[in-house]
Amino acid sequence: MLEVRNLHASIGGRVILNGVDITVKAGEVHAIMGPNGSGKSTLANVLAGREEYEVNSGTVSYDGSDLLEMEPEERAREGVFLAFQYPVEIPGVNNAYLLKAALNEVRKHRGETELDAMEFMTLVKERMNVLEIDQELLNRPVNDGFSGGEKKRNEIFQMIVLEPRLAIMDETDSGLDIDALKVVAQGVNALRSPDRSTIVVTHYQRLLNHIVPDFVHVLSNGRIVKSGGKELALELEEKGYGWIEDATSVPASA
Amino acid sequence: MPTSQETIEQLANKDYKYGFISDVEEERIEPGLNEDVVRLISQKKKEPEWLLDWRLKAFGLWKEMTEPVWHNVKVKPVDYQNITYYSAPKNQPKLNSMDEVDPEVKATFDKLGIPLEEQKMLSGVAVDAVFDSVSVATTFKDKLAELGIIFSSFSEAVQEHPDLVRQYLGSVVPASDNFYAALNSAVFSDGSFAYIPKGVRCPMELSTYFRINAAQTGQFERTLLVADDGATVSYLEGCTAPQRDENQLHAAVVELVALDSATIKYSTVQNWYPGDKDGKGGIYNFVTKRGKAMDNAKITWTQVETGSAITWKYPSCILQGDNSVGEFYSVAVTNNHQQADTGTKMIHLGKNTTSTIVSKGISAGFGQNTYRGLVRIGKNAKNARNFSQCDSLLIGDQCGAHTFPYLEVRNTSSQVEHEASTSKVDEDQIFYCRQRGLSTEDAVNMIVNGFCKEVFRELPMEFAVEAQKLLGVSLEGSVG
Repeated sequence: MLEVRNLHASIGGRVILNGVDITVKAGEVHAIMGPNGSGKSTLANVLAGREEYEVNSGTVSYDGSDLLEMEPEERAREGVFLAFQYPVEIPGVNNAYLLKAALNEVRKHRGETELDAMEFMTLVKERMNVLEIDQELLNRPVNDGFSGGEKKRNEIFQMIVLEPRLAIMDETDSGLDIDALKVVAQGVNALRSPDRSTIVVTHYQRLLNHIVPDFVHVLSNGRIVKSGGKELALELEEKGYGWIEDATSVPASA
Repeated sequence: MPTSQETIEQLANKDYKYGFISDVEEERIEPGLNEDVVRLISQKKKEPEWLLDWRLKAFGLWKEMTEPVWHNVKVKPVDYQNITYYSAPKNQPKLNSMDEVDPEVKATFDKLGIPLEEQKMLSGVAVDAVFDSVSVATTFKDKLAELGIIFSSFSEAVQEHPDLVRQYLGSVVPASDNFYAALNSAVFSDGSFAYIPKGVRCPMELSTYFRINAAQTGQFERTLLVADDGATVSYLEGCTAPQRDENQLHAAVVELVALDSATIKYSTVQNWYPGDKDGKGGIYNFVTKRGKAMDNAKITWTQVETGSAITWKYPSCILQGDNSVGEFYSVAVTNNHQQADTGTKMIHLGKNTTSTIVSKGISAGFGQNTYRGLVRIGKNAKNARNFSQCDSLLIGDQCGAHTFPYLEVRNTSSQVEHEASTSKVDEDQIFYCRQRGLSTEDAVNMIVNGFCKEVFRELPMEFAVEAQKLLGVSLEGSVG
């Protein structure tokens, strides 16, 4: 589904990604871990198409198409969803209104009919049962005055309604208490299916107790320095990121 | 030596021009303004002596006045002797079908969602027999007449209800008020008049069905609305469809009279030609609008201003009666090289009077948007309350937003609150929406509409929907 090859990217002239390679197949959940400043969020943003980031070289193919050539909204309509680390506030814009517009863009793209307000609300209520989301949240302006936990929950709720094929969670667990963390995990797990994939970007292992990944990658200095199964996350938790950095800073010739 | 193509074009233009003028030739006077012109206008309209005197007095005042210079807009000098002050209603060239309408104009109609029959009327296409505007208008007029409501053109009202007109004309905006009001009082062309009798609630939005006709009242429009004791009326002015006009200067006057316990809601959508992308052409819209509210009366001004090269306009309320209420909700958009200096005046005279001001200014391109508002609380206006909120939204980095609030409080029991904010449509908001699948244009639209929500919800339903779309059209190309 997603093939990232030798991806180099920078922001404001500062190089962040130094040749990232990842292959995500349909149905898989990949965790990307790493210390602060290792390039985790940059990778998530480059995949979503944020324009401040400059791709210097490398390729990203999504379902056989060149993802880097696509506008952010095209990527979204093709099923790429980014759960933001810092969801923005849009005062005055009703949360449900944005979500309905987004869903209809996706549906239009897929050649499906657009939903009217009634059909949309029926769908939303059904999906709301999956997450413990208050209906009141829907009628408030997008993220405006939301607590940190509510913002993250809202991201997951949007994801559940939009049903992306590739979901990228950018540190969705940061700043969440354990209950909220479970809700987030519930949302991601509910979407797990053989034709959907998820990339979970996280600093801590604890989220991975609830979203069990198929693969774990460690990003350090803009490069994947170690990949493995779910047990790698536990090892990291135990030994810290220093262990990886020490191990990889040893010259290959030694 | 012109090429054959040029010759054809010249010829085509000539035919069009001649066809146009021959119809109206005898109804058009030479440019220039003097006492004779004022007399002529009055005579053409078969006005009574008192109205001629009123006009002449206004003309005398105007001659002594100079154009205001305090506003925050740059105005090229207007040559008042080069304006034609009287011409009969324009005869638009009749087209046979929508296919003959300028495709650009048609595209805008479609974007605004204007019904086809209305599109035809607006562009001068012969209208199907099924939808006869005259008969529709007559039906509504009969219905209104049953309730004793008078709703007609200003000229008609002068003929048929001279006493009412005479009683209230200039009672809220005297001719001496300002330069443009004096000019309007001397030479006003036509406009609307409405009177709602005691205790009557007008059963429909006035002018919804008449707005097409109202669009052709000329450059010096005069509107007078009187709601008698306990009456209620909602009036819509203007049109979301783009309006072009040969006349550069428009100086209208609107007067509202809300007698005891009456309610007047006056909503405007203004979309005059704003000039081209480089700021050439475009209409100067210098308008004086004011309402007077007596005991327990309420006046609400709601405006969506997207057009004109220059907008100069301060719909105001004189809260004369005790417990009277004044409200002002405004969205003003300036894109490209448009300039707007707009706001309101809330003059609190009566006890327990309250006023609310919500102003949303949006600047894009090289647009300059100024909010100017006065809240004056007189010494007898005990326990008066005012709340003002002025928000500015900037799109791009070449535009400007300015706020000039004036507060004058002359007693100690009143409360005045003022909140102001300036924000930018930021890249993060746009990216967030795009990541959810919306195009940049739709994202900006959604953000801007969210910003204006408090004003749009004051508009009558169908008007609000059109206004939202209009905002999108006005800001097209402002981002990216």
